[in-house]
Amino acid sequence: MPAISREEVAHLAQLAHLEMSETELEKMAGELGVIVNAIKSVSEAAGDDVPATSHPLPLTNVMREDVVGRTLTQDQALQNAPDAEDGRFKVPAILEGE
Amino acid sequence: MNEIIKLSAAELAAKLRDGSLTSVQAVQAHLDRIAAVDGGDRGIHAFLHLNGEEALAVAAEVDAIRGAGGAEAEALHPLAGVPIAIKDLIVTQGQPTTAGSKFLEGWMSPYDATVIEKIRAAKLPILGKTNLDEFAMGSSTEHSAFGDTRNPWDLDRIPGGSGGGSAAALAAYEAPLALGTDTGGSIRQPGAVTGTVGVKPTYGSVSRYGAIAMASSLDQIGPVSRTVRDSALLHELIGGHDPKDSTSIDAPVGGLAAAAEQGATGDLTGVRVGVIRELQGEGYQAGVQSRFDESLEVLKAAGAEIVEVSCPNFEYALGAYYLIMPSEVSSNLAKYDGVRFGNRVLPTEGPLTIERVMASTRSAGFGDEVKRRIILGTYALSAGYYDAYYGSAQKVRTLIQRDFEAAFAQADVLVSPTSPVVAFELGSKLDDPLAMYLNDVATIPANLAGIPGITVPGGLSEGLPVGIQFLAPAHEDARLYRAGAALEKLLEDRWDGPLINQAPELAESSKEGVA
Repeated sequence: MPAISREEVAHLAQLAHLEMSETELEKMAGELGVIVNAIKSVSEAAGDDVPATSHPLPLTNVMREDVVGRTLTQDQALQNAPDAEDGRFKVPAILEGE
Repeated sequence: MNEIIKLSAAELAAKLRDGSLTSVQAVQAHLDRIAAVDGGDRGIHAFLHLNGEEALAVAAEVDAIRGAGGAEAEALHPLAGVPIAIKDLIVTQGQPTTAGSKFLEGWMSPYDATVIEKIRAAKLPILGKTNLDEFAMGSSTEHSAFGDTRNPWDLDRIPGGSGGGSAAALAAYEAPLALGTDTGGSIRQPGAVTGTVGVKPTYGSVSRYGAIAMASSLDQIGPVSRTVRDSALLHELIGGHDPKDSTSIDAPVGGLAAAAEQGATGDLTGVRVGVIRELQGEGYQAGVQSRFDESLEVLKAAGAEIVEVSCPNFEYALGAYYLIMPSEVSSNLAKYDGVRFGNRVLPTEGPLTIERVMASTRSAGFGDEVKRRIILGTYALSAGYYDAYYGSAQKVRTLIQRDFEAAFAQADVLVSPTSPVVAFELGSKLDDPLAMYLNDVATIPANLAGIPGITVPGGLSEGLPVGIQFLAPAHEDARLYRAGAALEKLLEDRWDGPLINQAPELAESSKEGVA
């Protein structure tokens, strides 16, 4: 049995907003199975007493004064937009049927 | 070949300062070289975009300032006028930034990365943007959406990755300096397989503002060069605190070029060099192991004390990396939805809702490796698996840091081969993602622990370069430059010149240059 089923990959793809064909799903499930098998020993490597490390340096929150710094102009912010109207990003319908 | 392009950045800078060469001559020589060897079917294809006009204008400005003399000329940065190439993961105004992805094809950044601001302030002409694996995900540059880069040592082999473009540009004398980024080895492994030098600085010592994020707890910008001293000079230029990067270390970066000069005396008396037991032997090619063993002899002869250290948890490093990195990837790449930027692709059928447009946009814009990592990361972070995978990987990260702490109690620097293998043939590992991932087995531990690493040429195996990696504790980047420069000098004495002198002459691949 593969470590990750085709159905599972289809669900993950949906969560990640990726559209994948049946062939792609099949191939991806096989490849991920091999990868997960190779790395799953990680889950047995450390005991409960080992703390997790999320970040290589012991940094705490970095604050700054609450003043406006250098910002993009509206034109700069919109210059790469696929679609824009009236100084705003334009997207297709948010809900079906609109 | 024009002799200008064979100069190191430090040599070129000296000639610009003493007036024996102009920056315009230097930039033009490199643009001519790029035009001769980068384009065409059998070209190196290190560059995705050329910036000749701006580079020549900056060069002319430097020449005019030098020509006029006075305070402004005195105030010029020592590297002013020395051209540089930039990995196309780092954003630049006035040139497209693609990250090697179709998603960002033609995207123009509205701002400069901090390292680019520093390079502009120091007046280094920017030659162009170099090829990479899409979003820096890969070890061969074959995952670029814009074609392969060839290894100047053998045109049918990979230049390493993800920064294969920057490394190949150096090895082909298309640039004397370049910038790279290193998340799991993307500066060091390309350096190793192209016979060049590359440094992954201490995490946070070079600002990452403007480096397109892949895995934010691992990513680091660093220098790419042909000599250890050149990397030190560039590292000093780009390093230092940046309020725009909240992970930036609030301490000055310095003493690196001085450390390289000290190392170049070839004396390592009193320096303890730790050989990592787990990063050699099985899985390492015999030729790689031989060059590594010879390097140890050379270091010993230079007065270094060689000690063996053990890092038992390194066997889990690759696994931990391939859980942490894709988890961060799946989060960082969520912003590529085709709403605010990027190439929006509409679904060919069905209702036109934003969710469906995002899915069709992402599917059309991302290549297979990017999709693989997004799905793997989504899996590792999903309910039911989070503790077993992502949580466990973060604990392994602690164990790796402890391994390094114990090793650095016994040694000042650690040493290993940079890559277990020499450059492999283009296409040979594309259908086997796991085999591709194994190329980074020796470089990944440094990223997990945030410590600095350097690769220097260690000789040839079957005519292809082998890299030697040094690692140092966090904030001790200077130690890398001392040890690296010492090994470089002693090996060059044996070879009667830099290793790159043994690379085959490149034929002119195109009169037209880059398409």
